[in-house]
Amino acid sequence: MFDARDEIRRCLAALNLSPEREAEIVEEFAQHVEDRYQETLASGASEAEASQAALAELRESEVMAQDLRRVETRINPDAVVAGSGSRTNLLDSIWQDFRYCLRTLIKNPGFTAAVVLTLALGIGANAALFSVVNGVLLNPLPYPEPEQLVTLHQKKPSFDTGAIPFPNFRDWQKSNRTFAAMALSRPTAFSLTGIGDAERVNGQYVTSDFFSLLGVQPALGRTFVPGEDEFNATPVVLISSDLWQRKFASSRDVIGKGLTLDDKSYTIVGVIPANFDLRINLFRNASVYVPLGQWNNPALRIRSAALALHGIGRLKPGVTLEQAQADMDRVSKNLAETYPETNRDNSAKLLPMKDRMVGFIRPLLWLLFGAVGFVLLIACVNVSNLLLVRSTGRSREFAIRAALGAGQGRLLRQLLTESTLLALIGGALGLAFATWGTQAALGLLPTSLPRASEVKLDTRVFLFTFAVSLMTGILSGLAPALKTSKWRLSETLKEGGRSVSSARHRLQRVLVAVEVAMALVLLIGAGLMLRTLSALWNVDPGFRSDGLLTFGVSMAPTLKTAAPDAIRATLRDLNEKLNTTPGVQAASFTAGALPLLDEDDRFFWITDQPKPSTQSDMHLTLVYTVEPDYLKAMGIPLKQGRFFNQQDNERASPVAVIDEVFARKYFGSSNPLGKRISFDDDRSSEIIGVVGHVKQWSLDSDDKGPVQAQFYEPFRQLPDDTMPQLSTGIGMVVRTDSGTASALDAIRNVTKSHNPQNVIFEVQTMNEVIAGSLARRRFSMILLESFALVALLLASLGLYGVISYMVGQRTHELGIRMALGAQRRSVLGLVITDGMKMALFGVALGLLAALGLTRLLKTMLYGVTSTDPVTFAAVALLLTVVALLACFIPARRATKVDPLVALRYE
Amino acid sequence: MLERELKRGSTEMLILALVEDRPRHGYEIAKLIEQRSEGVLQFHAASLYPLLYRLEKRGLINGRWVEKAGQRRRRFYKLTAAGQKILAEQRRTWKDFFTALDRVAGINPA
Repeated sequence: MFDARDEIRRCLAALNLSPEREAEIVEEFAQHVEDRYQETLASGASEAEASQAALAELRESEVMAQDLRRVETRINPDAVVAGSGSRTNLLDSIWQDFRYCLRTLIKNPGFTAAVVLTLALGIGANAALFSVVNGVLLNPLPYPEPEQLVTLHQKKPSFDTGAIPFPNFRDWQKSNRTFAAMALSRPTAFSLTGIGDAERVNGQYVTSDFFSLLGVQPALGRTFVPGEDEFNATPVVLISSDLWQRKFASSRDVIGKGLTLDDKSYTIVGVIPANFDLRINLFRNASVYVPLGQWNNPALRIRSAALALHGIGRLKPGVTLEQAQADMDRVSKNLAETYPETNRDNSAKLLPMKDRMVGFIRPLLWLLFGAVGFVLLIACVNVSNLLLVRSTGRSREFAIRAALGAGQGRLLRQLLTESTLLALIGGALGLAFATWGTQAALGLLPTSLPRASEVKLDTRVFLFTFAVSLMTGILSGLAPALKTSKWRLSETLKEGGRSVSSARHRLQRVLVAVEVAMALVLLIGAGLMLRTLSALWNVDPGFRSDGLLTFGVSMAPTLKTAAPDAIRATLRDLNEKLNTTPGVQAASFTAGALPLLDEDDRFFWITDQPKPSTQSDMHLTLVYTVEPDYLKAMGIPLKQGRFFNQQDNERASPVAVIDEVFARKYFGSSNPLGKRISFDDDRSSEIIGVVGHVKQWSLDSDDKGPVQAQFYEPFRQLPDDTMPQLSTGIGMVVRTDSGTASALDAIRNVTKSHNPQNVIFEVQTMNEVIAGSLARRRFSMILLESFALVALLLASLGLYGVISYMVGQRTHELGIRMALGAQRRSVLGLVITDGMKMALFGVALGLLAALGLTRLLKTMLYGVTSTDPVTFAAVALLLTVVALLACFIPARRATKVDPLVALRYE
Repeated sequence: MLERELKRGSTEMLILALVEDRPRHGYEIAKLIEQRSEGVLQFHAASLYPLLYRLEKRGLINGRWVEKAGQRRRRFYKLTAAGQKILAEQRRTWKDFFTALDRVAGINPA
């Protein structure tokens, strides 16, 4: 007697069979082994020999366990939802489907995780970008009746959205019939003294109606009331919540307290709430808000001085933009008749506030939204493929259920329930990704995205994500579901549950090719942006930005009331001290314009020619007010004549230097040196030199800036009345030897030792300024690039998955080929060729699509065409190499197929 | 077509053929394969039974416990109608395959 039962039970232990089934198998095996033992014994062998022969039957018990696992667990009878012909409650059956799906998904954690993660990436990226689109473009502005809000501009023949001279604004206010209110604002900065350390704070001059027009409720106290913006009104101030907290510990008795700004005392009347965040025209959130009438600037009374005053307005209820525009046209016409010299060609221009705020970013956001949609499509294709592969493995399950009476519709519904369930789980996870991703994306772009603070996950984002998840589920489940539910029972049973349907493979192959194509389009888009940015970095701005530092200096407040000559001398003294600071090569004050940072322009005419009767007949030039070392500090080349020297001071006759564009435009081929130009205030200067043009407006579209001609004047020759203003804040450019950080410390020390009350503010390296000017582009590049990388990852995973699956399906065929003498290399070639056919088809398709689609990027590109052959070729190559890699791994596995094993497994 | 059919392997055809005439139990099937192939093909229990179970699952053969007087009960397998069809197809496929091999390489076993 030979009993192998224990041995057999041990082999079966890991399979978790039902006790009945296990007993059956054990019985049958034991019988077999005993038969062998008895027969061997009967043939005359010893008992030991017979035992050995019997044990040999179980020699490959590991293989047996594996084989049995395939057979015995392929169908788990209790998990099958038998199709039912009876009319059961629809909800019941959906609930049944749902539970069944959940069970099968939990049983396949690997598959479920792969699908859910893929979808979470795709849906998450979409939800994140949608929350930006929603917050920035779709949501109304966070003010009462936001549709009544407009921005106001003075339109000139050369410029649609110019600033508004204060006298004109007052007339607009008085004469219009369509506005509930109008207001102006203008950025400024103050030295805040008397509470803790002296510091430089940002401020905004506003007219009385500014906050009440918007509907901003103060956190404490009140906003301004009419009349407080008059020139002779009592000085009052509104402070930000931030300043309130920082300087007053959010104390409620701050109202009525004094605040010293630029040595003048203001009474605090209110606190602006922390959630107030407005970026419109030049208006930015500030620490202090001061009525415009407190601005001690005589030019406020001049009808031709715009002074960077920009307007907002609220229409009366029921008034349309067109009616208001017509009304303002009437007002402007009257003003032009009354003041022809200044207003002849001016009119008022109205724009919806939201358009003005977000209009410029709208195309970019929609473009990125489109790109992220591509990513989701790729994710869908991937999931579709995974579901196809899985459904192939489950064909017997479906065949049996169909045999038991499940209708096609029922099977279809169950498959769709499954993909939808997966998509909803993916969507929920995606929403979590989005929450995190949105914050990360906004972190990359703190300043150039308007309304960034209004981006959050609201109901609309939730609904959008839910809808997208549902659609994703149906989209990615539909193709596999239709395929699967159409299977014919007989065919499936005949094929033994491992069907190889060429039609299904064709669909899979097409899907993968499409996926590769979409990834290619995104990669090309990202590649073009990358080339654009590198081209922009290589643009010569006209000055040398390396080692160049810029900052503002606010002199001790007491200097403001000194005599103009004293102010001039003090400033000159500081400039000279900075010039001789160790580590500093050259330093110069700058007032007026500064490339990429500040703009200032002035009307002029060529002195030889008759003075034009109105400003609109004069020319316009940018004005840079600088010290002799400016050219050296900025690294701007001298082209002709000389630049300023120490002798070009307030006692010498006025001199000027112009740039090449100015020379070409107004003097043509004749020599500009020695010629004179005159200004509105009847000053005139002699041109003594010509320098290179600098990019004032931007690196990429400087030539589209409103003013091209550039004009330099000596700082020391500025009129006396500008000196007090300059002492409160003046720009500085410094060229340093080495690291700007060490030089900066020295500069701070020199400035402090010159006068402890001097404050340095807004320190930036010119390279940072340039980087800042490219921030929006860099943001879109980073986003496009991350979308493209996700797409590349998904597409290569898709390719890898399909090839792996096909290799698995062809194991037997490959085994036979190798048994018949095929070389490993040729098997490798076979599989790779198969995969690369898909990939290359996808690449070709993608190149074609990209040719059409990159046109949308045109306005964002610089120094590279939208069909740049280098980018197209490089990306196609990159994708081909990645595809090759994705094919190579499963192909290598194919060559490892053991012909014997392959044949044995059917 | 040929290639696809080949994938199903030869072993299941051997088993189907052996239970074509009458029901047999596992040990008998193993013995018959060994004897008729003159020892070239050998099946241990460990590889035979998983195959039998799989064929049964696919509905090609049908197993039934049979008790005979004085003996322990044994499980006998018999060919089903579906099995009959598959067997006929497989015979044809293998025949085609060998004919093809023969035409190319001259290996006709007959």
